[in-house]
Amino acid sequence: MKNRTFFWFILPSLVTMVLFIALPIGSVVIQSLHIEHSAVLKEVKSCGPFGCKNQVQIDVEATAALKEEKPLGQFTGFGTYKNRNHLALNELTKAWGTSSTWEHYFSKVYNLPFYRALAFTLTYTFVVTPLVLLLGFCIALGVNSLPKWIKGPTIFVSLLPMIVTPLIGSLILFWMIDAKGIFGASLQWIFEDPNLSLKASSTLTWIMLIVYGVWHSAPFAFIVFYAGLQTVPTETIEAAMIDGASRWERTRYVILPHLVPLIVFISLIQLMDNFRVFEPIVGFSAQASATSLSWIIYNDLTGSEGSFFGSAGATSVLTILGVAVLLIPVLIRTWRDFSRKVV
Amino acid sequence: MFLKKVMVAGAFIMLGNTAMAGCGISSGNVNVLANDFPAIQAVTDAVKACAGNGVTVETNLTKDHKDIMVAALTANPAKYTSVITSNSTLVTLMNDGLVRSLDDLVAKHGAALNPSQMVTVDGKIMAVAFSANAQHLFSRTDVLKKAGISSIPATYEDVLAAAKAIKSAGLMDYPVALNTAPGWNLGEEFVNMYMGTGADFFKPGTAEVAINNAHGVATLNMLKSLVAYSNPDYLTYDSNATQAEWEAGNLALATLWGTRGAPILDDEGSSEAVTSSTVLSSAPTWGNNARPASTLWWDGISISANISDEDAEATFVAMMNGISSDVIKANQEKAVWLGKGYTPTSASAGVSATAAGGAAPYPMLPFMGTLHMAVGNEMSDFLQGSESAEQALTDIEAAYTASATEKGFLK
Repeated sequence: MKNRTFFWFILPSLVTMVLFIALPIGSVVIQSLHIEHSAVLKEVKSCGPFGCKNQVQIDVEATAALKEEKPLGQFTGFGTYKNRNHLALNELTKAWGTSSTWEHYFSKVYNLPFYRALAFTLTYTFVVTPLVLLLGFCIALGVNSLPKWIKGPTIFVSLLPMIVTPLIGSLILFWMIDAKGIFGASLQWIFEDPNLSLKASSTLTWIMLIVYGVWHSAPFAFIVFYAGLQTVPTETIEAAMIDGASRWERTRYVILPHLVPLIVFISLIQLMDNFRVFEPIVGFSAQASATSLSWIIYNDLTGSEGSFFGSAGATSVLTILGVAVLLIPVLIRTWRDFSRKVV
Repeated sequence: MFLKKVMVAGAFIMLGNTAMAGCGISSGNVNVLANDFPAIQAVTDAVKACAGNGVTVETNLTKDHKDIMVAALTANPAKYTSVITSNSTLVTLMNDGLVRSLDDLVAKHGAALNPSQMVTVDGKIMAVAFSANAQHLFSRTDVLKKAGISSIPATYEDVLAAAKAIKSAGLMDYPVALNTAPGWNLGEEFVNMYMGTGADFFKPGTAEVAINNAHGVATLNMLKSLVAYSNPDYLTYDSNATQAEWEAGNLALATLWGTRGAPILDDEGSSEAVTSSTVLSSAPTWGNNARPASTLWWDGISISANISDEDAEATFVAMMNGISSDVIKANQEKAVWLGKGYTPTSASAGVSATAAGGAAPYPMLPFMGTLHMAVGNEMSDFLQGSESAEQALTDIEAAYTASATEKGFLK
């Protein structure tokens, strides 16, 4: 393709990408480098149904003048990134100086909101992604060997967890695992412990969220693998059978290598999706035990007493960086495959 | 001049009484954003009666009103002409200059209001309060009696003793509940309990937080002693969950919002045994302090700044219709009304007693909301036993300081 033709061909998507991806990210970065103006405070008398009191209030006119002058707020550079609610560099250094053991140090780091969220986000990502791949592959193999007349209904039923909206799905499970719900009550009966509560323990909450994540995402891996299985060449399989390969050997040496590009694809999508884990935390009311980076952004933006745009921006930028770091190995692999094909 | 104002106001009241539709307004748009509970529904239903004759009335009642109000009122013209505010949300709106002063409108149309309904800041009326609310104690007298306790607990120490008696009598394993879901709810429990000590949240005249002290430690310890008698799932309990638990008969002692009184005491969603033995009383005191450990809240009318004077006037008149004495008389049990025509009912006994006991209003400080959220997010580790009270307070202080710096309250 000529350069000129290529340019016109790519232009619409380029414009869309700049408008809807580059510009918003740019604005988030700029926002994250600013904090609000110093509030001009004045003490005034405020009265209500329960009496009067002298209280500090914001001098709206003086603050409005400041805002008029610099609508973005004060420039703080990486101040928001470094503060205690984000990377907490000072706190980390201090914890390092005052900790005698690694365990002590990590417990101090875990006490900081950003690292606590990061711990759950990473655990979730690295446990859910392989399990989704494995489970999706197994379901796909199973469904593929079913008789034809039962395949359609089975596929439909297997896809249901993905069709249910994440928030609704997690709310339904939330009530099922309640101490009086069907799962919660069964677990109490099995373990003969009337005080067992999945919602009360941090460990159990993490496990519950991970199980939910696998349940929700496995159908996606399943349907992609199932589509891939339809393209496995029958000649190769038959040849392997003639050579005396068992079912396991056929799966291991014929089917799996054939599906590698799909494994890369699903890992890519799942790593991104799982790193952004959010809905189940809200649905399960799990924020006491598990928070994620996305949850922190949500919390900053919907704080009922005004939003923290700088904070939300900083966490967003850190999330983007996190996704980039996670995807680098997969992207390098894709790039290598791509260059090999071109050459 | 004064006489003229009175006559005009009188004329509007007459109009309001005679012509049902119209409420005395001939044009303008009324669009109300508010929280969603029975008292507010009663008000907005009456406001809707003003529609017609060139007046449009729309309402949006949602529990997420706090999340959208700032953006909706920042637009010019504002998306809503009025927001039904409370102590804390009014401050949030005033911080950005989003609500207008009501002096002129009250002078013209507010003759029927009690002077105590005016919420004034720096001499200007910024809101007209119409109802009061507070968290207070709900008790089940039948369960208490079975456990050998004859009087309603007046202090949190009594609550703990009663909970212990109920548990050891084998009546209930988890008799106590508070709204302890992390975030705003848990923050409110800390604020209420800390209020009971009489100490200040901030160093006077500054935005520097002052809760990292013996009062703070005692507050945290009291909350921890209480949740020890709560269901292990307590960190998922919001107002809806605690109301449902109460109506299901699973609780004997709970600190709930006054506005939950009417839905609990009505004949829906619960059994006769529960409703007939539920008693609403003042928020308890604790630690030999006299002040009930609760905060007083009001709900009131504010008018957006970014709207035309015509719409502002139409909205104000319509809202006055919404909180008129007729509405109050027809909805006595739904709230503790502040306007004329209110006679207290059993559902309001708790709020009235809490106010009479000298509970303080929720602080109308610009940075109170930031502290409230920091407390609500940093406290659950302590309650779960994974850190000390001192560490929790240090965390709260650090989280607040970082957020308040971002908001420009601290340097």
